Amino acid sequence: MELVSDVSALFGRHMRHLARIPEKLLSVTLMPVAYVIVFGVLFGSAISVPGSDYRSYLMAGIFTQMMLTNVGNTALGVAGDLDNGVVDRFRSLPMSRSAVLIGRTLSDVALAVIACVAMAVVGYLIGWRVHQGIPKAIAGFGILLLLGYAMSWLGALIGLLARSAEAVNSIAFMLVMPLTFLSNAFIPLDGLPGWLRLLCEWNPVSAVVAACRELFGNTSTGTGKSALPVQYPIPLSLALIALLLAIVVPAAVGAYRKAAAR
Amino acid sequence: MEIVIEAEGIRKRYGDHEALRGVDLSVPAGTLLGLLGPNGAGKTTTVRVLATLLEADEGRASVAGYDVRTQPREVRRRIGLTGQYAALDERLTGRENLQLIGVLHRLGRRGAKTRADVLLDRLDLGQVAARPVKTYSGGTRRRLDLAASLIADPKVLFLDEPTTGLDPTSRLILWDMIREQLAAGVTVLMTTQYLEEADQLADRIAVIDGGRVIADGTSDELKAKVGGERLEVTVQDDAAIPAAVTALREVTAMEPAVERNGRVLSVSLRDQLKTVAEAASALDAAQVRPIGFAVRRPSLDDVFLALTGGTTGKEG
Ligand SMILES: Nc1ncnc2c1ncn2[C@@H]1O[C@H](COP(=O)(O)OP(=O)(O)OP(=O)(O)O)[C@@H](O)[C@H]1O
Ligand SMILES: [Mg+2]
Repeated sequence: MELVSDVSALFGRHMRHLARIPEKLLSVTLMPVAYVIVFGVLFGSAISVPGSDYRSYLMAGIFTQMMLTNVGNTALGVAGDLDNGVVDRFRSLPMSRSAVLIGRTLSDVALAVIACVAMAVVGYLIGWRVHQGIPKAIAGFGILLLLGYAMSWLGALIGLLARSAEAVNSIAFMLVMPLTFLSNAFIPLDGLPGWLRLLCEWNPVSAVVAACRELFGNTSTGTGKSALPVQYPIPLSLALIALLLAIVVPAAVGAYRKAAAR
Repeated sequence: MEIVIEAEGIRKRYGDHEALRGVDLSVPAGTLLGLLGPNGAGKTTTVRVLATLLEADEGRASVAGYDVRTQPREVRRRIGLTGQYAALDERLTGRENLQLIGVLHRLGRRGAKTRADVLLDRLDLGQVAARPVKTYSGGTRRRLDLAASLIADPKVLFLDEPTTGLDPTSRLILWDMIREQLAAGVTVLMTTQYLEEADQLADRIAVIDGGRVIADGTSDELKAKVGGERLEVTVQDDAAIPAAVTALREVTAMEPAVERNGRVLSVSLRDQLKTVAEAASALDAAQVRPIGFAVRRPSLDDVFLALTGGTTGKEG
């Protein structure tokens, strides 16, 4: 119970930040909208995939890419708190040890919800539709937000280890770029050479994207045999996210103890 | 008397630099211990160990009866900490900062709000309470930081250079706050660079240098350690020095110390009034006309410089 009250107090803190830090508000409204327009409209009009229009096909990829930006968002927030002594203050209070990180990651997921809504609206305006019914679409967003949550924890770990905004930015970039582009987020993997295709198919991002396409009904009718994660994307994306959380959460909590004790 | 803050043989190393090499402290209930020391002496490190922010490599410490290593949660319930650098959320207003900390201290939403209002008022922060902290001046920030450490009525207060950067008025407000806390039975450990502050507030003083406590006692005890009162004679020109030295040597049977371009001579006083009178007539007889003739008690600055060898900045 104490954990819940601590987390909700910290959640309130982050929501206040949203209103006071213009960059933060833009990053969950304007940026995702720009993503949809740039990727959806520009690329979506130029390329076609079998069995679906490319624009609809792309939406799951764009949503997923947005979830990956949580790595950088959370990492920057955590590094900032370390830097200005706020973490020292928290550590001198009788609060639950993990509350700080839980509050931070949950509020970053709340921001991701706002971003998803903004993107879905713009997607709808440019012609994106879900074809499997609303409950399945919601399940798709559920998987997306779980990925976002795992990415926030990964970001927390990075922020605690790197500590400076510059380092955080470059690490997050180097991590998120390959995760995004070595996946099926923007391209069908059928045409890739065998080894590259295998790599991309085992990228957890691919599983999430494939799961969302299935749940949104935006799949393409690609041919050829695929690796497990792409064949059974829903259970495997859940399993991969769970695995990621199981590694990253304890690591981040441990890093928090150490980082704050310096 | 009940000992509220106790440290025994605390050691802490950073890489191959030993920041603390066996710090022993003990602070009785309701008193203030002033921790003095040059830059890099280990004051902040000591405070951080006692406030459970940092784990010592060796030694043990207890605060309010709880071990800082094994029962940190119990310790945290009972302490307030004002670190060397203000630890506030820049984007939140002063009031929001205090309320957040109050809620995290489990005062409840309403309790935190009431307490925040009381403290804002007491520390004269009413006018700025609704502004984000990032617009505050350094001194205002420090006052808010102090308010934050008082939010849950701590039994033990750690103040790391609480008045650094404050103007004289704010410093006096803060001193009053600290005295109020002491009167209410709070035990305080305060580091400071201002020896006058230690003289004013501290019941006892510990001088720390190179990660070790090198002296402790009341302010008077420490002053007595570097010597008692001295007679200082200032002469107008160099020509008068030899005669003055001879006169003072004859009266006190000691070699006078000569300082500051040789114009200031001093001897330590044993039998105050008699020596002063004899020195005055001896100088007069030697036709020395001093421009300064004064009895001086050593200040805490003298103690500090004598004990730490006048060194500062042992870092790096
Ligand atoms: N995180 C750290 N990593 C490495 N060395 C450190 C760290 N923190 C402190 N030190 C070193 O430990 C020593 C003691 O530092 P500390 O901050 O306790 O000194 P201080 O007495 O508070 O000094 P000041 O008066 O400047 O605040 C210094 O030599 C400092 O360089
Ligand atoms: Mg210090």
